[in-house]
Amino acid sequence: MNATGIGAAVRRKEDYRFITGKGCYTDDISRPGEVRAIFVRSPHAHARIRAIETAAARTLPGVLAVLTGADLAADKIGNLICGWMIHSKDGSPMKMAPHPALAATKVCFVGDPIAVIVAETSAQARDAAEKVKVDYDILAAVTDPAAAQAKGAALIHEIAPNNTIYQWHLGDAKAADAALATARHVVALDIRNNRLVPNAIEPRAAIGEYDSGSGKYSLWNTTQNPHVARLVISAFVGVAPEHKLRVVAPDVGGGFGSKIFIYPEEVVCLWAARKVDRPVKWVCDRSEAFLADAHGRDHVTHAQMGFDGDGRITGLRVRTIANLGAYMSTFSSSVPTYLYATLLAGQYDIPAIYCAVDAVYTNSGPVDAYRGAGRPEATFVVERLMEVGARVLGIDPADLRKRNFIRKFPHQTPVIMNYDAGDYHASLKKALDMAQSRDFNKRKRESARNGKLRGIGYCAYIEACGIAPSQAVGSLGAGVGLWESAEVRVNPTGSVEVLTGCHQHGQGHETTFAQVVAERLGIPIDNVAIVHGDTDAVQFGMGTYGSRSAAVGLSAVVKALDKIEAKAKKIAAHLLEAAEADIVFADGRFSVSGTDKSVAWGEVTLQAYVAHKFSGQELEPGLKEGAFYDPTNFTFPAGCHICEVEIDPETGATRIVAWTAIDDFGTVINPMIVEGQVHGGIAQGIGQALLEGVVYDDNAQLVTGSFMDYSLPRADDLPSYNVGMTVTKCPGNPLGIKGCGEAGAIAAPAAVINAITDAIGSEDIAMPATPQAVWAAVRKANMGRKAA
Amino acid sequence: MALNMSGEVQLGAPRDVVWVKLNDAEVLKACIPGCEELNKLSDTEFQAVAVAKVGPVKARFKGRVHLTDLDPPNGYRISGEGEGGVAGFAKGGATVTLTDRDGGTLLGYVVEAQIGGKLAQLGQRLVAGASKKMADDFFANFAKAVAQSQG
Repeated sequence: MNATGIGAAVRRKEDYRFITGKGCYTDDISRPGEVRAIFVRSPHAHARIRAIETAAARTLPGVLAVLTGADLAADKIGNLICGWMIHSKDGSPMKMAPHPALAATKVCFVGDPIAVIVAETSAQARDAAEKVKVDYDILAAVTDPAAAQAKGAALIHEIAPNNTIYQWHLGDAKAADAALATARHVVALDIRNNRLVPNAIEPRAAIGEYDSGSGKYSLWNTTQNPHVARLVISAFVGVAPEHKLRVVAPDVGGGFGSKIFIYPEEVVCLWAARKVDRPVKWVCDRSEAFLADAHGRDHVTHAQMGFDGDGRITGLRVRTIANLGAYMSTFSSSVPTYLYATLLAGQYDIPAIYCAVDAVYTNSGPVDAYRGAGRPEATFVVERLMEVGARVLGIDPADLRKRNFIRKFPHQTPVIMNYDAGDYHASLKKALDMAQSRDFNKRKRESARNGKLRGIGYCAYIEACGIAPSQAVGSLGAGVGLWESAEVRVNPTGSVEVLTGCHQHGQGHETTFAQVVAERLGIPIDNVAIVHGDTDAVQFGMGTYGSRSAAVGLSAVVKALDKIEAKAKKIAAHLLEAAEADIVFADGRFSVSGTDKSVAWGEVTLQAYVAHKFSGQELEPGLKEGAFYDPTNFTFPAGCHICEVEIDPETGATRIVAWTAIDDFGTVINPMIVEGQVHGGIAQGIGQALLEGVVYDDNAQLVTGSFMDYSLPRADDLPSYNVGMTVTKCPGNPLGIKGCGEAGAIAAPAAVINAITDAIGSEDIAMPATPQAVWAAVRKANMGRKAA
Repeated sequence: MALNMSGEVQLGAPRDVVWVKLNDAEVLKACIPGCEELNKLSDTEFQAVAVAKVGPVKARFKGRVHLTDLDPPNGYRISGEGEGGVAGFAKGGATVTLTDRDGGTLLGYVVEAQIGGKLAQLGQRLVAGASKKMADDFFANFAKAVAQSQG
């Protein structure tokens, strides 16, 4: 292994600038003449707008403009869109309600933007926002997805009777019904997958700019996919034509999915910049982020799993209501459908699966993809059912999983996915060993002596990453292809710039991509620069989410490197006066096979540009190649996490005392970065299981709207993790990569809840399992036992 | 979010005196903490402007106050709603009862209110405490006003 090549724990190249305050985030950028935007947001969850009075705000010092939905409409600015078409089981298309960037006639959630103030300073804009008077006709509101479809519930959009966006299904209902009807045991669970706020460390921000000289627009924006933003803003919202719009995603401080989407605020900044002929900057504050960032999860599910007498799964039936909030966010429709139900087979050979999903509008903020996006919800359903099944059947939970593991690959599940490779026994075995599960009972007795309840919980998860084969997702309703692009530009001195359509916001691409390129070309890693996040630099790309960058983006880089090597060999052949077929490239040198004649990489790259040694008519000068890579399949990272908890029955406090994570991500480029991704994912999963949860009150007011009331995990909530790996290479891409960004968040919630329910001897606990909830569950379980 | 509060205050004046003060816009204006304006529109309706500060949120609330269920000199219901601009809104009411006690008057109140917007989002944990303090301040001021009129 090369010291900086694939498999080396190279320190992250980008960290120096991040930890020395030299990063350049959107708010660090100041454009000449920049002014500030502040949004006026609805304090009501559901109301008709009778009138908006802006005259008083306009006259205040420093105010350049007060713009409303009427101004947007007058300029024929289009609505925001959801880009994934889902059809209901009756064939009807999803009910996508109009989503103007500024609400004009009706507000549908607390935080819905109504007007924007553009002023010289933020303070002036805030003062002016106070002067905007909105006359509301307040309507009844609904936030609970389980209540949204009820008769008499407030109707949010005319287009969607009963607030139902779609009634979708997947799988074979008859087969699943038959399997459950004939099963020896049927295990059933009601699950609430709690709603989460993503809380990236850097809040969203945007600077819109219009150059009246050239007619060009620029948008600096905290986005995970600048090209998709440009496409949607030009083709659908219609603020600027695509060729006259530059979107730049500079350093971005975390996304977790919430920065994939095209939001009202960035559209408004770009549009307003032309209206006032000044660059317009908006920086979201933390309170706004709680209201207006797309939230994650929020499923209500009833699931049943059937087992035969030997503990083999016979069938699975799942019914889910998914809350998509007040408007359909950019990819919201895909999350509770193709990113969810397609993973309900888990790691198991399940003959029959049926899943029905109703997506509903409620008077809450939009819900869309959040780290894992559908796959944590699916994993939670499957892995909770497995654990409960094991308890009901009296089979060791690890053993029950073993009995049902898929053994042969490729494996076609009943829910679309075709798993290409995996070894679920290997990851389970390694996890059991590392967690010293054999000695668990000893530890449990020790805890009991100290008055504590100890529990162990497993989660054998699978996910689909490497998103995604374009034709396949197109057939499922996606409005875009999900290939990735790369361009490798070799300079005369032999250094290399790699342009990628992926975008890093914490993943470390500037290091891992450089590792692959440096190893392949035999050059120092410092001679490789990764360029991303600017539509003027990179022609097109689909961005970073769904753990796709290495599996898809790096595959495009490898494809471009293949072309670079082929061209460089032609040049080397001229320099070495040998046949092209005899040129061998290794360790940064081109040599003539079977001779000691060779030439270094740097000599070939220089000659590529001076073009002195070959005819420019026979061989084009220069060394630059591009590639588009379209995946052949999803990739299927999988693994086994084991969580051990100790609960104080007197206080209900849960302490995670041990965590073992064994993941199979295929080829690992940088184990240190991968381990960091696993750590972060588990932290977020533990957050969901123990601490985090959005609460809207009866009037649809967000009461968990700050860090006083919304609890993120802190260092003392988390254990030290034991992280290990098994490797089955992904056969679908050139490097054998599967993806690692979401695994922890997918595996952790079920592992934690399985451990807690094991400890307290009751399945009756919902997420977040706060001390209060656990204490109540322990009491209830004890009373139940006494009564029995 | 919903806010509920109740309490009793012993006042050193007879019921009919207290009743008059309770219907006197000038007295109420002087007693309501942060009240900048309280204009009588009719015997049972006032227009009010008051500044309230709850934790990080400070806002000038404008709204109307109505008196209903008038039962002189035994009590009434006072209700209203106010818009605090970007800070949010508040609406609700209080039932006030007056009974003779120890030569003076015992004033009882039951408040139920709804708040929304930034106040609910940020001030949640502070609203109950802030409201209690405002109620305490109001009744301390009111008791003083009543006592002065007796003086």
